[in-house]
Amino acid sequence: MNRTLIIAEHDGTSLNPSTSKCARCATAIGQDFDIVVMGSSTNEIATQAAAIDGAGTVISVDAEHLANPLAANHASEVVAMADGYSHILGPSTTYGRDLMPRIAALLGVNQVSDISAVEDGYHFKRPIYAGNAIVDVHAPEGSKVVATVRVASWKALGDGGNAAVESKSASSAASSHTRYVNLESGGGERPDLQTATSVISGGRAMASKENFDLIYELADLIGAGAGASRAAVDAGYCPNDMQVGQTGKIISPDLYIAFGISGAIQHITGIKDAGTIVAVNKDADAPIFEVADIGLAADLFTVIPEMKQLLG
Amino acid sequence: MKILVGIKRVVDYNVRIRVKSDGSGVDTDGVKMSINPFDEIALEEALRIREAGLAEEVIVVSLGGNECQQQLRTGLAMGADRAIQVDTSENLQPLTIARTFLKVIEKEQPGLVLLGKQAIDGDNSQTAQMLAALWDRPQATFASGLNLSGDTATVVREVDAGLETIEVDLPAVVSVDLRLNEPRFVKLPDIMKAKRKPLDVISLGDLGVTSENDLEISHYTPPPARDKGHMVEDTAQLVAELKSRGLV
Ligand SMILES: Cc1cc2nc3c(=O)[nH]c(=O)nc-3n(C[C@H](O)[C@H](O)[C@H](O)COP(=O)(O)OP(=O)(O)OC[C@H]3O[C@@H](n4cnc5c(N)ncnc54)[C@H](O)[C@@H]3O)c2cc1C
Repeated sequence: MNRTLIIAEHDGTSLNPSTSKCARCATAIGQDFDIVVMGSSTNEIATQAAAIDGAGTVISVDAEHLANPLAANHASEVVAMADGYSHILGPSTTYGRDLMPRIAALLGVNQVSDISAVEDGYHFKRPIYAGNAIVDVHAPEGSKVVATVRVASWKALGDGGNAAVESKSASSAASSHTRYVNLESGGGERPDLQTATSVISGGRAMASKENFDLIYELADLIGAGAGASRAAVDAGYCPNDMQVGQTGKIISPDLYIAFGISGAIQHITGIKDAGTIVAVNKDADAPIFEVADIGLAADLFTVIPEMKQLLG
Repeated sequence: MKILVGIKRVVDYNVRIRVKSDGSGVDTDGVKMSINPFDEIALEEALRIREAGLAEEVIVVSLGGNECQQQLRTGLAMGADRAIQVDTSENLQPLTIARTFLKVIEKEQPGLVLLGKQAIDGDNSQTAQMLAALWDRPQATFASGLNLSGDTATVVREVDAGLETIEVDLPAVVSVDLRLNEPRFVKLPDIMKAKRKPLDVISLGDLGVTSENDLEISHYTPPPARDKGHMVEDTAQLVAELKSRGLV
């Protein structure tokens, strides 16, 4: 029964790359894996999942009440098929973090959160204390492992596969106590922060919602995603889904540029895996310069227009 | 209605975390300890609900040794009505914590349980979801908005894609995010008053819970350091370097 079940994440139209990253983690454990896609009209998503290199079977559970990602509904389906698997992996995104502990508790096991590296099926590494310490986590040999995979630590697998898709009907009815109302998405069409190759972020120094246009314009110019510090989100300069950090998104772009962000540990946690970190801050002593690969001590309100000109 | 709020004693968020040289843990000697920031927000929300007349009693609960009474007293000073310490010397893992909360729930019968969405030490983000599962009640995680009306709660959740709204029947478990509210400051007279509020101590065993800590956590190491970077003089140099690295 050494087999991994991966919980697919999607938005109803496309598969989130977090799924393929979880699959990479399963291969690091050294196991064959299946993928379960839960949703309504899941055909297209299941096809995308089937293309992940090495996928065994894609199990498609199609029911109206699974259309929205309510943990109460999704957890019951996963628990119903848990018997055939030694490992159940989901992403460390808000979807996975909401869902996986519910599954673990229903199965009566502890959960390993945020796997960043794998030694074998029961030995993992993960960051704690906002990434200030890395620890070994050893799950009991032979126990069922339920875990979230720290998506910023894993690259997606290739998409040349052609796994079989199996349809399964839902094993439980809709939960009567939890109802989905709606999703208000903040972002426009910019690349998703968790998969973007470049990210441009603004901090409290942006000083207004209008000024954040500078960040968006520069981001659009180079095809980057747009991010922010908590202070910028709290101040209402930009939507919550742009927050990068311990309690926002943990990202790993090739290029991260921070404008007017001081570099609090909770922010740095979110960008440690970035390829090149650039910081622009008018305070030459700002802590962000300790982690930046390239630093520029200057006023962002002059630097951004100059960059736009030089890159335009 | 009673509201139960979970409180964890953690290393203060402003403290620079140092891993012990023998890899056995992080240094907590003489380090400032505080209520986990998310739990403080959970408590603030509970107090506001009570102040709005929608709840009668706010109970703060912490699992730990006598040292966590300090955080429970802070919770009482913020305005909680009473406190429960579940006495244990073990650093319990979320499944056991959830089982413990369930026992307290069976005794206290709260209409709402408010927890932080994660503790800033273990960063697990599990307890609320596990508790909801074991209790067979709804979970609403990462809340940045909470509205009670009769037997339901409407919760705005901070998710990767934006703001998701769900509706749950009470009783429910809600885990809170940072933007839900700004906790009040504790005033000196409140600290004095808090000393006279009830703080009950029960042992884990008396609640009938046995620890199921079966994940072994070891080999603490500091994160790999990034290579030291350098400063550039102006925007032109910055752009030139980004271009030469093939990044733009
Ligand atoms: C539990 C907890 C979780 C948290 N989680 C997160 C998280 O996920 N993400 C996050 O980001 N934060 C998080 N924080 C908050 C974090 O501690 C900081 O408060 C926050 O990151 C500060 O944001 P900032 O750098 O934009 O603002 P500030 O710290 O105020 O920094 C602003 C910077 O802008 C510079 N500046 C000002 N004007 C200009 C100018 N014209 N040009 C150039 N530079 C200028 C200043 O020198 C300063 O360095 C968390 C905090 C807690 C307690």
